[in-house]
Amino acid sequence: MKSRLRSAAVALALGAAAGLAFAPGAAQAEKVLRIVPHADLKNLDPIWTTAYITRNHGYMVYDTLFAVDENLNVQPQMVGEWSASEDGLVYTFTLRDGLAWHDGDPVTAADCVASIKRWGKRDGMGQKLIQFTKELAVVDDGTFTLTLNEPYGLVLASLGKISSNTPFMMKKEHAEVDAFEQVPEVVGSGPFKFAKDLWVPGSKVVYLKNEDYVPRAEPASAAAGGKVVKVDRVEWIYIPDPATTMNALVNGEVDLWETPAVDMVPLLQQNEGVELAVIDPLGTQGWLRPNHLHFPFNHPSARRALLYAVNQEDYLRAIVGDPKLYRVCPAYFICGTPNESSVGVEALETVDHDKARALLKEAGYNGEKIILMQPTDIPVLNNASLVTAQVLRDIGMDVEVQAMDWSTLTSRRAEQKAPADGGWNVFHTYSTGADVTSPIANIGISGGGVESAWFGWPTDARTEELRDMYAREADPAKQKAIIDELQGRLFEEVVPYVNYGQWFQPVAWRKELSGVLVSPVPFFWNIEKN
Amino acid sequence: MYAYVMRRVVAIIPVMAVVGIFVFLLLHLTPGDPAAIIAGDYASPADIEKIRARLGLDQPIHVQFARWVGQLAHGDLGVSIFSNLPVTKLIGQRLEPTFALCVATIILSIVIAVPLGVFAAWRAGTFVDRATMVFAVLGFSVPIFVIGYILMYVFAIELRWLPAQGYKPLADGFVPFLRSIILPSIALSTLYTALIARISRASVLEVLTEDYIRTAHAKGLSSPIVLMRHALRNAAVPIVTIIGIGIALLIGGVVVTESVFNIPGLGRLTVDAILHRDYPVIQAIILVFSGVYVFINLLADLAYTLFDPRIRY
Repeated sequence: MKSRLRSAAVALALGAAAGLAFAPGAAQAEKVLRIVPHADLKNLDPIWTTAYITRNHGYMVYDTLFAVDENLNVQPQMVGEWSASEDGLVYTFTLRDGLAWHDGDPVTAADCVASIKRWGKRDGMGQKLIQFTKELAVVDDGTFTLTLNEPYGLVLASLGKISSNTPFMMKKEHAEVDAFEQVPEVVGSGPFKFAKDLWVPGSKVVYLKNEDYVPRAEPASAAAGGKVVKVDRVEWIYIPDPATTMNALVNGEVDLWETPAVDMVPLLQQNEGVELAVIDPLGTQGWLRPNHLHFPFNHPSARRALLYAVNQEDYLRAIVGDPKLYRVCPAYFICGTPNESSVGVEALETVDHDKARALLKEAGYNGEKIILMQPTDIPVLNNASLVTAQVLRDIGMDVEVQAMDWSTLTSRRAEQKAPADGGWNVFHTYSTGADVTSPIANIGISGGGVESAWFGWPTDARTEELRDMYAREADPAKQKAIIDELQGRLFEEVVPYVNYGQWFQPVAWRKELSGVLVSPVPFFWNIEKN
Repeated sequence: MYAYVMRRVVAIIPVMAVVGIFVFLLLHLTPGDPAAIIAGDYASPADIEKIRARLGLDQPIHVQFARWVGQLAHGDLGVSIFSNLPVTKLIGQRLEPTFALCVATIILSIVIAVPLGVFAAWRAGTFVDRATMVFAVLGFSVPIFVIGYILMYVFAIELRWLPAQGYKPLADGFVPFLRSIILPSIALSTLYTALIARISRASVLEVLTEDYIRTAHAKGLSSPIVLMRHALRNAAVPIVTIIGIGIALLIGGVVVTESVFNIPGLGRLTVDAILHRDYPVIQAIILVFSGVYVFINLLADLAYTLFDPRIRY
């Protein structure tokens, strides 16, 4: 009896162990695409914040009037037909048929007008467009007009802006919410519906296929074309630890990892089940940002000294390592775009520490302490900060590296006080290539000073004039001439930031996936899971 | 006894008040600005100012404190600055994974550590004893994340028996739940198993030299009965104390384990909230944790009376 009991117990234990080991997952009747995004989705309003993760969320649930394709050409998206008057002052937009909000209401011209106005209060390009706009008027349910004060060359480029803040269309009642408050609900008209009840901030976001979405007939191309959803739902699973994410991808627990850590890339390349590719042809641009308000970088010579001190190759090796994933690119408006220019780049292409020391002397620098903010929780910026610290020491500067987390840095960088009183001299950041392709989109070059420039506050009236001229110009050849003049000025006089290189973030996905789109922003329509 | 319990429960209030004041001041005096994080990297300084004003973060600190205390008095823990969701909902979402991980870890630790410690004491000086002590030293020395990655590599990547990461709630079925909790529990329990085993060994070793143990043996009782009924019971107070401390320490341990195994629990919620300066969430979680600490200590104190009749409250 005893031995029978023992046998039964052993059998039970083995059965349980086998069950645990080989138990199948829950029945997968529906196709679920599991994505590990680059960050946790914390805010749901893509106009309220410029955070890229919220922009990506915006593309899931909202739609845009225009969108750029993979060649960076603007194409109609929600708009079916559009026209511009001969004098270029009146644009008429007609929405295509079949557009509906997730609650079933039809998308109207009034919704779009309200959405443009709200976006125009927050986004730099939007503000510029609104500044040139005399009137936005509803003609009928499906048509509205945009009347300009004077010709403006970036109307369609603005409405098709691909990156933050992207002009997403919202319901009128939400678009009328103060632009500095979050919209209360997520009701879009895009290809996915946000499942708010399943949202676990810090962990998981669930999007369900919008069965009522009517995609365009054209094939998908970056943000443009038909947004055909080929799975039933998409889950964003936020995994903060890169090693865990890699294991999950290798084990097939997730399907796509948006930003594999650089040191994981060689391991992923060896895995037969994983595909690794760069889908963003524009990549990322690094910014070394000096504080233009305070000595020594309030002097143009000190800022130019930075150009002669920086060797992009050093930074890119420290940040990325693999030469296949970076490119030495001095251009302010990023390499690989129509606005790439070679004017004035010699200073950044030449590493000359003697010249840098001479320029510092010219600026009156005499060994004063320089405060460099080092965000230790962001590997790219941490490494760039360490390289800069050494570079500045090499040209004779007394550098105090202050380690802090990114949250602290974002509040400290807003301080306009002198560095000795809690301000700063230098910090690093980066921008996706899509955000620096034009003088209007690139907020880093703004010369608006403490009134309107980005942190660091460069002040240069001519820069602002040239940006305005670029915005007014519709002729690409003339725009290019303005770009050349502007970039020359940026290198010779302003040096709003020092571009420390261009690098490309690969994306990793399971080989069961097909249809991953080439684009500066990751999109999850068009992807098939076999 | 009841009066003692009531006194201890009432004593929670000033403890929580001190914790609340301390946490509030610490957070608001720490550098970092949630408005800047919300606005994103490309927002202008003016936009950040406007968001700060909308969130009431431009108010003097005593005004913000009064507002928070007022909310607490109404049982309202506030709303996350970022997600706009009530903090109670956020904590509710994260309670089950953390609770499951803690309970599984404690059960695993006790089930392994106490017999191991008692056995090592019984066989003091032998190979078994030394092996137990080596394990204890290793358990203390090897960080949880190292154990976690090794377990993940062996059981998820190589053997493919268990998932590498993630948590399945009980509502999805017991087997998926158990599969998701096994590796994190083993990783987290290593430290506590080592701790409890070591204390169990020391405590039992101490009582094994007592007269009543010799008497029990002289009466003809078998060694297992002497160990379990006489030695372990008399050695229980320090063991219960260390288990109580271990549960409290678990709150720190779950932060690492939840990050390594991607378990959406309270530990990760805390870290995320701190990194983003989500003040209402941090304040609420720390209040909850401090309440749990006090409650566990109370339970440990009450448990003493079960093992040692001489202790009376």
